[in-house]
Amino acid sequence: MASDDLWILGIHMTKFGKHPDQDLVDLATEAVKGALADGGVTMKDMGVIGAGNLMAANAGIGQQVQKQLGQTGIPVFNVANACATGATALRVACMAVKAGETDMGLAFGVEKLSGAGLLSGGSRKEDSDAWTPSGRYGAVAPVDGRIGTEIMPGVFAQIGMEYGHKYGGTSFELFAKIAEKNHSHSTLNPMAAYQKKMTLEEIMGDVMIAYPNTRPMCSANCDGAAAAVVVSGTKLKTLSLEQQKRAVKISASILTTDPWEEACQILPDVNTLTRNAATQAYEQAGVGPADLDLVELHDCFATAELVHYDNLMLCEVGGAVDFFNSGATWRDGTTPVNVSGGLESKGHPIAATGIANVWEVATHLRGEGGNRQIEGAKVGLAHVIGLGSACGVHILEKAAA
Amino acid sequence: MAEQIPLVDYLVLGDDPHLVAHECTNCGARFFDRRNACASCGQDGFTTVDIDTSGEVRAFTIVTFAAPGVPVPYVAAVVDCGGTSVRANLINVDPDPEHVTLGMKVRLATEVIGADAHGTEAVGFGFEPVGS
Repeated sequence: MASDDLWILGIHMTKFGKHPDQDLVDLATEAVKGALADGGVTMKDMGVIGAGNLMAANAGIGQQVQKQLGQTGIPVFNVANACATGATALRVACMAVKAGETDMGLAFGVEKLSGAGLLSGGSRKEDSDAWTPSGRYGAVAPVDGRIGTEIMPGVFAQIGMEYGHKYGGTSFELFAKIAEKNHSHSTLNPMAAYQKKMTLEEIMGDVMIAYPNTRPMCSANCDGAAAAVVVSGTKLKTLSLEQQKRAVKISASILTTDPWEEACQILPDVNTLTRNAATQAYEQAGVGPADLDLVELHDCFATAELVHYDNLMLCEVGGAVDFFNSGATWRDGTTPVNVSGGLESKGHPIAATGIANVWEVATHLRGEGGNRQIEGAKVGLAHVIGLGSACGVHILEKAAA
Repeated sequence: MAEQIPLVDYLVLGDDPHLVAHECTNCGARFFDRRNACASCGQDGFTTVDIDTSGEVRAFTIVTFAAPGVPVPYVAAVVDCGGTSVRANLINVDPDPEHVTLGMKVRLATEVIGADAHGTEAVGFGFEPVGS
């Protein structure tokens, strides 16, 4: 372990699902305590905290957790970056350790979303008594539903459809089959909010939200938290052999935003920033897509998973449909994708997602995946994207020891 | 005829309704919103350009579950108007995948969305299939 390496020393996620009796602080502290215990360290060892929560982003969740687990006076960075919030919190801890400001940092993400319904668009207000242009488009009335859609299932439906228009081969059934895979995978994951195997007929016959995304093809709103302890290679060398053995190497930690492209302010371009993040991550890690034993990617909707096969370069440009149809992304395929069940069944408590997917990959690299273990996993990738946009990619590797 | 006002300021009404965009004088990037500067090159000079009123559907979704107060179903789409992408609803077409297809040729159409207390009509826009 080189001195400037970054490692995950401890990591933990709560079960995702409905937690009516636990508030944000309860969930976050459960994840943080779990990660600290997993790493064999305490709050006193932490030199920085990256704290993620989106829906109550002004509440200072980092300090709230400190007030329960230890007010040690260290800097807290409360971050909000849409669905990339968790990855951003982890990135903060990575940057602080990499910069040498501390040798150990904590990152966590927490969200309570059970029963939240559609997360954007909002209720349409009554049209006013007198049309008055306002806002950056000079609109005299609400435009969601009048000039396209702002709801996420509809935005991501178009992203999948756009891929189909460009390269062909997509269909309602194809997108539904992606959800069928993830729901099937979830049956092996006790941490998932939903562990129900669903047939293709059930998925296609369920409530249509925004064609071609039916309800089980959408990420599941739920409650949950995840946390990780990041340590420098130098510090890790001073820790016990057991800690060194279970540590997981962070071979790449990347965060990107969307560069300007024609149409990117019309329909979010989730492709370019993901491809850029992946390119940087593979270069930083010195590995390629063919080296990946598993991938947890941001399947906020079934239509999104398809495009990210291409964006993460798991397949040739334009080849995502054939790649999926080959069976490559099922857990017994060449590049298992979302063996956790993905956001569609594991659930998507927004700020927790970007660390929970790192937990999933780390758990397989440690050989602790139980009955869903991908045997012999040595390298894995975790990806999230938040509209706006931000993309986080982390590549993890099994400890050599 | 009642007085009319466009739903958004980039819709120009009249005999020949069309959309306009702010085009960066430096790099040619086009935007529909009020600009502080160009997101592509950072310069802050813009001219107003007319957008083609015909185009091709590059992506669509049929929204059947929306926020409270938003009537469903409706078809939301990205229309490629001669190289400039436009966000719009597809109108005057049955909202089902048999009638709405990728690559479909469409043209701009306007529709009155309602009148305010003074009787002024707000006019929105969408794209309808060519030939309808």
